[in-house]
Amino acid sequence: MTGTTPSIPTGNRNDEIQIYDLHKSFGDLEVLKGITTTVHRGEVVCVIGPSGSGKSTLLRCVNLLEQPTQGRVFILNEEITDPDADIDRLRTTMGMVFQSFNLFPHLTALENCTIAQIRVLKKNPDEARAFAQANLDKVGLGDRGGSYPAQMSGGQQQRVAIARALSMDPEMMLFDEPTSALDPELVGDVLSVMRDLAQGGMTMMVVTHEMAFAREVADRVIFMDGGVIVEEGPPAEVIGKPTHERTRTFLKRVLDPTHVNAGDEDEAYAQRHAADSTPTA
Amino acid sequence: MSDTTSQVAPRQAKRLSPRKRAQRTRVIQYGVLVVLVVVAALTIDGRQVQQVFLRPDLVLKTLGPELGAAFLNTIIYTAGAFVLGLAFGTVLALMKLSQVAPYRWLATIYTEFFRGVPAIIVLLAFSLMGVAFPGFSFPFDPYGTVWVALGIVTAAYMSETIRAGIQAVPKGQIEAARSLGMSPGMSMQRIVLPQAFRIVTPPLTNELVLLTKDSSLVYVLGLFASGYELTKFGRNLANTYANITPLVVAGFCYLIITLPLTYLVRRMEAKQRKATR
Ligand SMILES: Nc1ncnc2c1ncn2[C@@H]1O[C@H](COP(=O)(O)OP(=O)(O)OP(=O)(O)O)[C@@H](O)[C@H]1O
Ligand SMILES: [Mg+2]
Repeated sequence: MTGTTPSIPTGNRNDEIQIYDLHKSFGDLEVLKGITTTVHRGEVVCVIGPSGSGKSTLLRCVNLLEQPTQGRVFILNEEITDPDADIDRLRTTMGMVFQSFNLFPHLTALENCTIAQIRVLKKNPDEARAFAQANLDKVGLGDRGGSYPAQMSGGQQQRVAIARALSMDPEMMLFDEPTSALDPELVGDVLSVMRDLAQGGMTMMVVTHEMAFAREVADRVIFMDGGVIVEEGPPAEVIGKPTHERTRTFLKRVLDPTHVNAGDEDEAYAQRHAADSTPTA
Repeated sequence: MSDTTSQVAPRQAKRLSPRKRAQRTRVIQYGVLVVLVVVAALTIDGRQVQQVFLRPDLVLKTLGPELGAAFLNTIIYTAGAFVLGLAFGTVLALMKLSQVAPYRWLATIYTEFFRGVPAIIVLLAFSLMGVAFPGFSFPFDPYGTVWVALGIVTAAYMSETIRAGIQAVPKGQIEAARSLGMSPGMSMQRIVLPQAFRIVTPPLTNELVLLTKDSSLVYVLGLFASGYELTKFGRNLANTYANITPLVVAGFCYLIITLPLTYLVRRMEAKQRKATR
């Protein structure tokens, strides 16, 4: 260690997610064009950017739901992009929360939170249930353990999804637009759970369109556009006084709801997300 | 054509409104029905019909412990074939979705073959296994032979249904399972398959109804009396008395099995429709 050329991975236990020169293409479409960044222990990183800029793809490459075409990702200094990596074990260290909740509809809220504890972590069922219950309490749904997802509102489902992820006792949490599919009056409950998590010291990578949340909770904001990180830094800088024209244009659009082009973006967005919860066929 | 009529239309003296026209077709339909009933009543001799299809003394002779045994055999043949078909059909469905191309080919060839060949030929072929391979016999003969033969045929149909059910489970479900550290196999077993089977319960129950009726093909096998199912039993009696009544009774026995099942399917489908709305 001479200090001049940092090694890959750093080996520092605080560098929980290390991303080096990450590229991802879908066919001819290059969605990520070289992303390099590190998320530190206890850090809350909010990823913002226009629809289609590759935010979800970046998050999904971190836990290998998408296979990167080039570049390396290290989780807790272990390379998840290594073909021989124990991906399933590394995934248990990061909880993921999806825009469309993806709760298991054939299981109750409590069972959603215990199944992976029992099957993957091999915990005994009583222990698993106790921890699941504690996590449901944490998200304010301690009394809904017996309910099936279909019997709950979107906001409640998303909070169960957070409890499910927490039940694996992860080192870090990945959120992909956790509030975008919710009715406006239900967004607050979910955001407040996330705020509590952040204050509790959880490492979080959050793709979001909630600028107020990013400004308040994030330690660092990453603005992405066209598959690259255009600008990153503390929210006061990136959202408060952005230096790049692209960032300014984007922020003007999301912060001013009367902007004429808002509709275009919504439509493109709706089109690309229509497939998320539809059958795979 | 619509062009010419619209040109001609104004010249016609009067055109019927759609409502009037619907009314007139309904009147015609009722008229035809009345004529048919009258003709039937005049030509058909009710007593003779009863003598041929439902002679009371033969109904009584048919009802009895042997009918009960045949009824039970029908259920045993069907249930065994269904269970085998379900297990094998699931394996075939997974093969069809496999990353390994040869598995997909094998499963497709299998399905196309057994859906295209009459079930009765498969059944006959299996009944001759003992002749083809001397000393070979299925366990629980004749049940084993029937279970395997019908199970193999029905698996071909079921595999298509189950594959569709698996694909109807949103891909977000697999992603959520994998993100929790579940392996592909565990995600399939614990998350996808339970949902898939829920989706395909109605069509699979329909398959069970078809299978119940197909179990009647067993009559082609040279069975001992203890192996008779409803059709074979009814047919023997019908031959003995030179009367159709025993077959009619056997037919009603099938309805006792199939009608509740079809009713169940309708209820489940209605419930699913409500749930997905
Ligand atoms: N599985 C896929 N196959 C093909 N193209 C894909 C796939 N997933 C994403 N894309 C494309 O990659 C680009 C980036 O998608 P991504 O979902 O990462 O954007 P995003 O920044 O999350 O946008 P949004 O704000 O709408 O969620 C889009 O053009 C999208 O159409
Ligand atoms: Mg996205």
